[in-house]
Amino acid sequence: MNALRKQLDTLKKPFGKGQKFEKFAPAFTAFETFLFVPNHITKKGAHIRDAVDLKRTMVTVIIALLPALIYGIYNTGYQYYIQTDEPFTFIDAFIHGAWKIVPMIIVSYVVGLSIEFGFAVYRGHEVNEGYLVTGLLIPMIMPVDIPLWMVGISTAFAVLIAKEAFGGTGMNILNPALTARAFAFFAYPTYMSGNKVWVSEASNVDGISGETILGSLAAGQDVNYSMIQMFQGSIPGSIAETSTLWVVVGALILILTGIGSWRIITGGIIGAAIMGILFNLWGANALMSFSWMNHLIVGGFAFGIVFMATDPVSAAQTNKGKWIYGILTGIFCIMIRVFNPAYPEGVMLAILLMNVFAPTIDHYVVNGNINKRKKRWINAQELKTA
Amino acid sequence: MILDSNFLMRIIKKIQTRKGAKLNIKGEAEKVFKKTHPSKTYALKPDDFFGILPKLLKKEGEEIKTGEPVFFSKNEPRIKFVSPVSGFIKSIERGARRKIEKIIISSSSNENSELHEVSNWENLNRDELKKLILDSGNWPFIHQRPYGTIANPNETPKAIFVSTHTTNPLCPDFDFILNKEIEDFQNGISALNKLSDQHVFLGTDASFPGMFKNISDVQHYTVSGLHPAGNISLHIQELAPLNMGDRVWTVNPEDVVKLGCFLSTGKFSPKRTIAITGNSVEQPKYIVTKQGAELQPILNEFKLLYDQNRVINGDVLTGTISCLDGHLGYFNNQISVIPEGNDYRMFGWLPFKDNNILSLSNTSFSRLFKKKDFEVDTNINGEERALVVTGEMEKVFPLDIYPMQLIKACIVEDIEKMEALGIYEVVPEDFGLIDYANTSKIEAQEIIREGIELMINEVG
Repeated sequence: MNALRKQLDTLKKPFGKGQKFEKFAPAFTAFETFLFVPNHITKKGAHIRDAVDLKRTMVTVIIALLPALIYGIYNTGYQYYIQTDEPFTFIDAFIHGAWKIVPMIIVSYVVGLSIEFGFAVYRGHEVNEGYLVTGLLIPMIMPVDIPLWMVGISTAFAVLIAKEAFGGTGMNILNPALTARAFAFFAYPTYMSGNKVWVSEASNVDGISGETILGSLAAGQDVNYSMIQMFQGSIPGSIAETSTLWVVVGALILILTGIGSWRIITGGIIGAAIMGILFNLWGANALMSFSWMNHLIVGGFAFGIVFMATDPVSAAQTNKGKWIYGILTGIFCIMIRVFNPAYPEGVMLAILLMNVFAPTIDHYVVNGNINKRKKRWINAQELKTA
Repeated sequence: MILDSNFLMRIIKKIQTRKGAKLNIKGEAEKVFKKTHPSKTYALKPDDFFGILPKLLKKEGEEIKTGEPVFFSKNEPRIKFVSPVSGFIKSIERGARRKIEKIIISSSSNENSELHEVSNWENLNRDELKKLILDSGNWPFIHQRPYGTIANPNETPKAIFVSTHTTNPLCPDFDFILNKEIEDFQNGISALNKLSDQHVFLGTDASFPGMFKNISDVQHYTVSGLHPAGNISLHIQELAPLNMGDRVWTVNPEDVVKLGCFLSTGKFSPKRTIAITGNSVEQPKYIVTKQGAELQPILNEFKLLYDQNRVINGDVLTGTISCLDGHLGYFNNQISVIPEGNDYRMFGWLPFKDNNILSLSNTSFSRLFKKKDFEVDTNINGEERALVVTGEMEKVFPLDIYPMQLIKACIVEDIEKMEALGIYEVVPEDFGLIDYANTSKIEAQEIIREGIELMINEVG
């Protein structure tokens, strides 16, 4: 460790103040602080600081994402092999999935981090860790066969337009990963919907197809999956969103570590359940009469509410606001599913919509506090004059 | 009003809070007084008095008596700051733009105090008493809200608060510090009563009010809960919430004693009792000295466990940085000494790594251990980042205020928003735990202090 540290200290010199590569210091610091928590000490304010920092927070989210990602990789291969009727093992399925998904993750990280590093150097601030999560989320919510260049362009769009244009980490209105997906969804609709995109190689190999459950319901077809299958996630869908089981594991990690907001997650489930029950009672079409419990475990709802809606920057920031935001996200998700057959999955649009409204929700919650204070002032004034 | 049967004192309110945190840091001072060598020099630091522009009355080399004014406030010349010892002005240290940083007074062996006529103070009217307190240099002990500046003698507060229960990390026990000075404390309280039309509120520890239960002429309230339950901002919010234009005054417990002592002797009392705390100190204890004393002779009496130490005037959350050859602050009853944390930790950002570091986050096991004596140091444990995580500030902030929104309003200097969000009800110290706990490592206390300075300049 000491040898490595010494090596780093030598490497660091040209990036110092007034040195040759001073401009690129943020890029070097990003690598350095990945290896070592820096030796910086407090200069003002509290003299001691908590062990938690943004790196630790973001890494915790990545750990929470891993179970769903690993299952998603396996499920990609599994969906392919059961359709081709080839005999396969768990390893085969996993390798097939990894062969497809790892390049997507690499493209997402390379494109996104290049832009982030570029902006950090340009603006002279440190590289924020937020992209570590965004960069993993983007491939996880794409269909498996989307061309890599589309992943790259969607990523670039999301980082540039949804994040950096608003001022970078902490300032964005929309969740960047969902923005990437929404961009791909509207720019390349044939690669993002239909019954030929959800199973690996479906568009190349005859005989392979696979509609998502919500897609089948919207098209008025029957669904042949059991509730267990839906819950464990051995169904077609975007790469890592199919398994509610592993999403729940991720949710537990997020809630127990206090990183993800339990208010948003619980609110979302309540909202979706209420909406689902209401539609069950109405029951005018196949999606309406689809059991509300199934609504919670199919499609991207579980993944979206646990990993995307809880993004603290684009979600509501006050505790009361988080409840409202969560419940409305759940309600809109099911509503879009049922009412708009062009978008059988509503969670992406529901979360993006609520991202836009989150500041408004917070505004009213905070105004409640402001008005309480003003009322107290006015009352005191009246008492004085009386 | 509740008559508390345990302590036989009338309690008007029991303030309880669940929000906050107790930081279990090693190095609490044992309740024993340790003798120290007297200091050769004493210092007055104008920075100890937030918002005061000093105007000197003495030059280098001039002789001075205990209680004789050294400088006064440019905005309110009646507020004078007096010497804690007799001797001569050794030097006046200036910083950038000739700002006065320290006035160092060399003490002489023959003690000589300014004498004031105090025999009939009980019969003085409010203005006469104010004049006596102002002239004798005791006024700077009275602070006001909003802003936490020294009180404006032209105003009358709607209440005066004295809290004997503090909850800062390793805070001193005022029942122990003051238990031989109960008469002076009572005198001080009686004098404060004359300064306000309404009540003087006295806060005590809900589990142990100690000698303070015998104090009369006050409205007793009790406080329980995690830090910052002991912060007066919370007590004011519960008992006499600050409205626009309101003034509330606050006085530290030992300063009440000093006021009381002055009123019975006619001499300025420079005494200061200090808890020497922190995990760098081998056997932390209490000491008695005078305001502005040198730290070196005090700390020489203790064995410091590390080579590089941070000496803090105050506690580890809200104190100000000093050094071994520095001087004691004007108001603090505590010195904290902790090791500097200027070392690297490999992969220290991994969750559940380095659980020996005290953390309020569930991404570390340190919370589960419930260890009583964590070693702390001054490492930031990361780097400053944009504000990302939400909800964590509210967990350690018991006031009915949205802390993150207020911090953001201060950053963008939106005065109307700051006012509406409650800037009048806070002082920087209320944000000490937020400094400590926030993931983005933003300097909340600094931001709030700058916000308050802006309010003073723009609104007044």
